[in-house]
Amino acid sequence: MTTVNPPELGAESGSRVAPLIKHDKVHGALYTDPAIFAEELQKIWYRTWVFVGHESEVAQPGDYVRKKLGLQDVIMTRDRDGGVHLLLNRCAHRGNQVCDDAKGNSATFRCPYHGWTYRNTGELIGFPFFKGYNGRKLDLAMGRVPRVDSYQGFVFGSFAEAGPTLREHLGAAAGEIDRLVRLSPEGRVELTAGWLQHDTGANWKLLAENETDGYHPQFVHGSIFGVTGSTIGPLYSDASTAVTRNLGNGHSENDLRPEFRKFAEPMRWFGTTEQRVPNYVAAMRERHGEAAEQILIEGAPHVMIFPNLFIAEIQVFNIQPVSVNRCVQYSTAVQLAGAPELNKRMVSQCVGSVGPAGMLLADDTEMYERNQLGIESLQPEWLDVRRGLHRERVDEDGFTIGSATDETGMRGFWSHYATLMEAP
Amino acid sequence: MINAIEAAGGLTAVPEGYDVREVEQFLYREARFADESDYDSWEALWTDDGLYWVPAGNDSTDPMEQMSVIYDNRSRISTRLKQLRTGRRYAQSPPSNLRRLISNVELLGGREAASAGCVDLEVGANFVVLESRARGNHVWGGRVTYRLRRDEGVLRMSYKKVVLVDKDKPIPTMGFLI
Repeated sequence: MTTVNPPELGAESGSRVAPLIKHDKVHGALYTDPAIFAEELQKIWYRTWVFVGHESEVAQPGDYVRKKLGLQDVIMTRDRDGGVHLLLNRCAHRGNQVCDDAKGNSATFRCPYHGWTYRNTGELIGFPFFKGYNGRKLDLAMGRVPRVDSYQGFVFGSFAEAGPTLREHLGAAAGEIDRLVRLSPEGRVELTAGWLQHDTGANWKLLAENETDGYHPQFVHGSIFGVTGSTIGPLYSDASTAVTRNLGNGHSENDLRPEFRKFAEPMRWFGTTEQRVPNYVAAMRERHGEAAEQILIEGAPHVMIFPNLFIAEIQVFNIQPVSVNRCVQYSTAVQLAGAPELNKRMVSQCVGSVGPAGMLLADDTEMYERNQLGIESLQPEWLDVRRGLHRERVDEDGFTIGSATDETGMRGFWSHYATLMEAP
Repeated sequence: MINAIEAAGGLTAVPEGYDVREVEQFLYREARFADESDYDSWEALWTDDGLYWVPAGNDSTDPMEQMSVIYDNRSRISTRLKQLRTGRRYAQSPPSNLRRLISNVELLGGREAASAGCVDLEVGANFVVLESRARGNHVWGGRVTYRLRRDEGVLRMSYKKVVLVDKDKPIPTMGFLI
């Protein structure tokens, strides 16, 4: 693979990436250099909080599901006391994979190689022919992701023993998850519809940047907007009153609420009317009282949570890297507890939109892959991220915002990325 | 079982009036239209109640409740083809170069089509598709279940379910008609 030679390191800086990230442009080597990818694994994927899955995927004691965290094969388990664990799928004896099913229910995992058995907390509870070890106990266990925490059921793991808490990492993005959860008449979301797995020939950062890029939809998705008469296009036009917000810590959102408030039509965000989902709307008014109107008008968030959780209104994406030019997009439909009227529609809409044959995401992914090939060209070396710099402003909450089509979210992403990568 | 279209069992004897050679010729024609991105001819093969399904993961789950790679009713088949015809469906513009083989064709039995008030012929087959694209080549393979019906004297397809051998793994963009 061709890689572009990065500029010389500054004499005073020991960081490989510092010279590659400017406020208005980033260097192509960030997407193509395998050494930078290896450093990202250590400083981002195996350090910061990374989205892994949702508690609803392991609802019952003994439930487990295989997941990825960076390149790691992890098993998300629910123990008998209700605790959620992220175990590394590796036997402490010879390193064989302990779990081969994608999901299931079991209190223990038994390695097929020599029969070593582990509790679903990772604890070693038995091994055959113990006389060979001069006793029944060994000071060995499965590897565990040392810090596991969840927010509104979204489970994150961090390989750093210490550091910011999940709540500190999420910062203002937590409020966006709250906005999603608030749409459930029971105040709870579930991710139980199964995940599509979309193999993508591009660096993971191209996806993270694109998720709140409001500049591309009219071009990349013009074909489906035109065919279906979708009302999404104008939300991302030059005339849109929506804003792109840098939420801090690398998180960003396309805040479409200003547009939905203009129309003031409950359920417009979902492409329907309240008459078509009367039971849902009634349940929401029952739960939220007067606040229900605003919630039903403003709808769901469109937020990219660094580095890999993207909530796009009714669908959730989990992005995991594979190599410098490959990643996998896992996607599923949001399911709102207490909203059966909406849930099947959300699966149907989501299946139409996302995944390898989705009428939206297949085209995004085509762009990611062509983008990766384009960046391998030697000139010009930089990617431009200056759009909207001259019209950025600070909102009443102190966040930097740009217009609907501005690259404010990307600049927030790179600022946080640089902070993590420049750390020792 | 909530999923009526995949009700356990439910197969009756092979209905009268279908010749295996005629059926094979239909499957080969359908394959050729898909390979050659001949969207109009391919769409004309469908009945009005057509259903085009590519499951993800476990293929016996309810597609109304679980994610599928494709789950198109006739209306969404039409939308998908309209998007392809714009020439700006970038995942398939330019179109992939495709050739597929259909094999192991079996007439499996009859399947009641409640909405049409008739019994469709259920056919099973294996397939391999070679896809060539700028991003690279990919070999797609799996099992297809078709339901065919004589509709005003013409053989048409009311159902096509494609179970990929790679259904449990990440798969690349599938912009073409599989």
